[in-house]
Amino acid sequence: MNETSKSHSLHLGLIAVLALSYFVLPAYHSGNLASVMVIAIYAMGYNLLFGYTGLLSLGHALFFSAGLYGLGLVMHLANWTPLPAFAAGLIAALVVSAVIGFLILRTTGVAFMIVTLMFAQAGYLTILYFGKYTRGDEGFALKQASRQIAGYDLTDPGVRYFCALLLFSVTLLGLAYIIRAPFGRTLIAIRENEERARMLGYNVTAIKLKAVILSGVVSGASGATYALLFGYAGATFATVQYSIFPLLWVLVGGAGTTVGPFIGALFMFYLIDYASGKTEAYLLVVGVTLVLVTLFLPHGIVGTIRTRFLRWLP
Amino acid sequence: MILTTRGLTKAYAGVKANTDVDFDLPAGQTRAIIGPNGAGKSTFVGMICGRIPATRGTVSFDGQDVTALPAHKRIERGMAYTFQITSVFPGLPVRENIALAARRGLGRNKAAVRAKTDEVLTRLSISDRADQMAGDLSYGHQRILEIGMGLAQEPRLFILDEPTQGLAESEVEDFNALIKSLDAETTILLIEHNMNVVMEVAEYITVLDQGMVLANGTPQEIRANAAVQEAYLGSGHA
Ligand SMILES: Nc1ncnc2c1ncn2[C@@H]1O[C@H](COP(=O)(O)OP(=O)(O)O)[C@@H](O)[C@H]1O
Ligand SMILES: [Mg+2]
Repeated sequence: MNETSKSHSLHLGLIAVLALSYFVLPAYHSGNLASVMVIAIYAMGYNLLFGYTGLLSLGHALFFSAGLYGLGLVMHLANWTPLPAFAAGLIAALVVSAVIGFLILRTTGVAFMIVTLMFAQAGYLTILYFGKYTRGDEGFALKQASRQIAGYDLTDPGVRYFCALLLFSVTLLGLAYIIRAPFGRTLIAIRENEERARMLGYNVTAIKLKAVILSGVVSGASGATYALLFGYAGATFATVQYSIFPLLWVLVGGAGTTVGPFIGALFMFYLIDYASGKTEAYLLVVGVTLVLVTLFLPHGIVGTIRTRFLRWLP
Repeated sequence: MILTTRGLTKAYAGVKANTDVDFDLPAGQTRAIIGPNGAGKSTFVGMICGRIPATRGTVSFDGQDVTALPAHKRIERGMAYTFQITSVFPGLPVRENIALAARRGLGRNKAAVRAKTDEVLTRLSISDRADQMAGDLSYGHQRILEIGMGLAQEPRLFILDEPTQGLAESEVEDFNALIKSLDAETTILLIEHNMNVVMEVAEYITVLDQGMVLANGTPQEIRANAAVQEAYLGSGHA
């Protein structure tokens, strides 16, 4: 098998395992797995910018929330049906990431991190400011009756699971394709050596803008999916914490790997789940684990497997 | 003239790295730029390819004023540039490094990109290393790879900043042969400190000293030029 077919097999294998898991796992865990798949979409969107393009954003909660509220508000306030509302979520994320991308790409390095953080904070405050519609931190629930697509009830655990799996799969395969395509290779080139890429004739700023937009739209898709499948939108999702999460998932799972974001999100989800059941100080457990992972697995779980054993891992 | 500069000047916080450089390069020529360390050679070619913004002056490429164009647009028009300090994509395979260079000109034509990449790998005798990570190559091979990236761009003006720096003797000979074989294909602007290379490959030489053009001439003329010997050849930098 060549590397392309190996990586296809890996991705299709993961999707098959996830599909089978639904029938094997107890309801509690398959419920968890549905959440993990949705947040893994967010992590994959983040990874495109951080892991592949080398841009560290601390403001991705803004893009996630754009999708979350883009879908949530039109369903909640205007009674849109899920599919057009999902499109509204994607468009909201597209517009926000295009505008923000245009502005933030004037900066680099630490300034880039700080500016992304500030814009996300401004987004959070905007959500609070329009509390009349968004209901601020308290948020709002989407009516169960509205969460139906073509007769499928998205509040049903099975439908929800496979809906999450479908979107997860599309994102995974889509991003894997992009990474192998010339565009993806160019992103990696920019990560590896921006100046060299520029001096090969690439319009680095324009390419980075495309990466921000793509990353923002995928993150927004995750937010929209989350609101749709779990029926809730609230300003908490726009806080700094939700900008840090995808960074952690990607670092733990393996930046610049296709399946790392999912592995990281899964690992962190269960770590928090387990630790918070054992101790009040679960964040300490999380912190210590992160320190250990960064010390002993500097490339993350999948990244380390790639460096040590399987060089072909995408 | 494929390349012309007029009054090209670069000032760094008061220090002039280049002062009013007028320069003409006919198409097809292999030109060497020599001069002591700090003479402003890298700054000069940096302003030509757009990597370094000029303080004032103009650059014309192929009869058109490109002074206002960003680097990537100048490269698009047919310049290629190799860095003085080796600059490759360390985390990508050698083949992909070259393909990235080829793709700018050949676009989405996969077959053409592959053919060009294979051609360059063969020409530089690094086919056996095609699947290694560029960052794992020896220093000498990284330099060769960087030249290969330039070749894959099929430039009309190929700018090389001290390409033989740190190469072993045998590698320098290969480099000379490569440049000579390119002579018919493209215009070459070569910054070089190794006088053996200069004398062997250059058709014409420009000497920079303290940011200004000190002399222009054939290798024989430059060798015989007393001012050049004073400023450069005699000073032990060669
Ligand atoms: N980024 C910079 N900032 C300040 N001074 C610089 C910079 N780059 C080059 N210089 C100065 O400009 C002069 C010319 O440098 P350079 O063009 O690198 O010379 P050469 O390539 O001939 O050795 C030197 O005095 C150098 O110290
Ligand atoms: Mg120099």
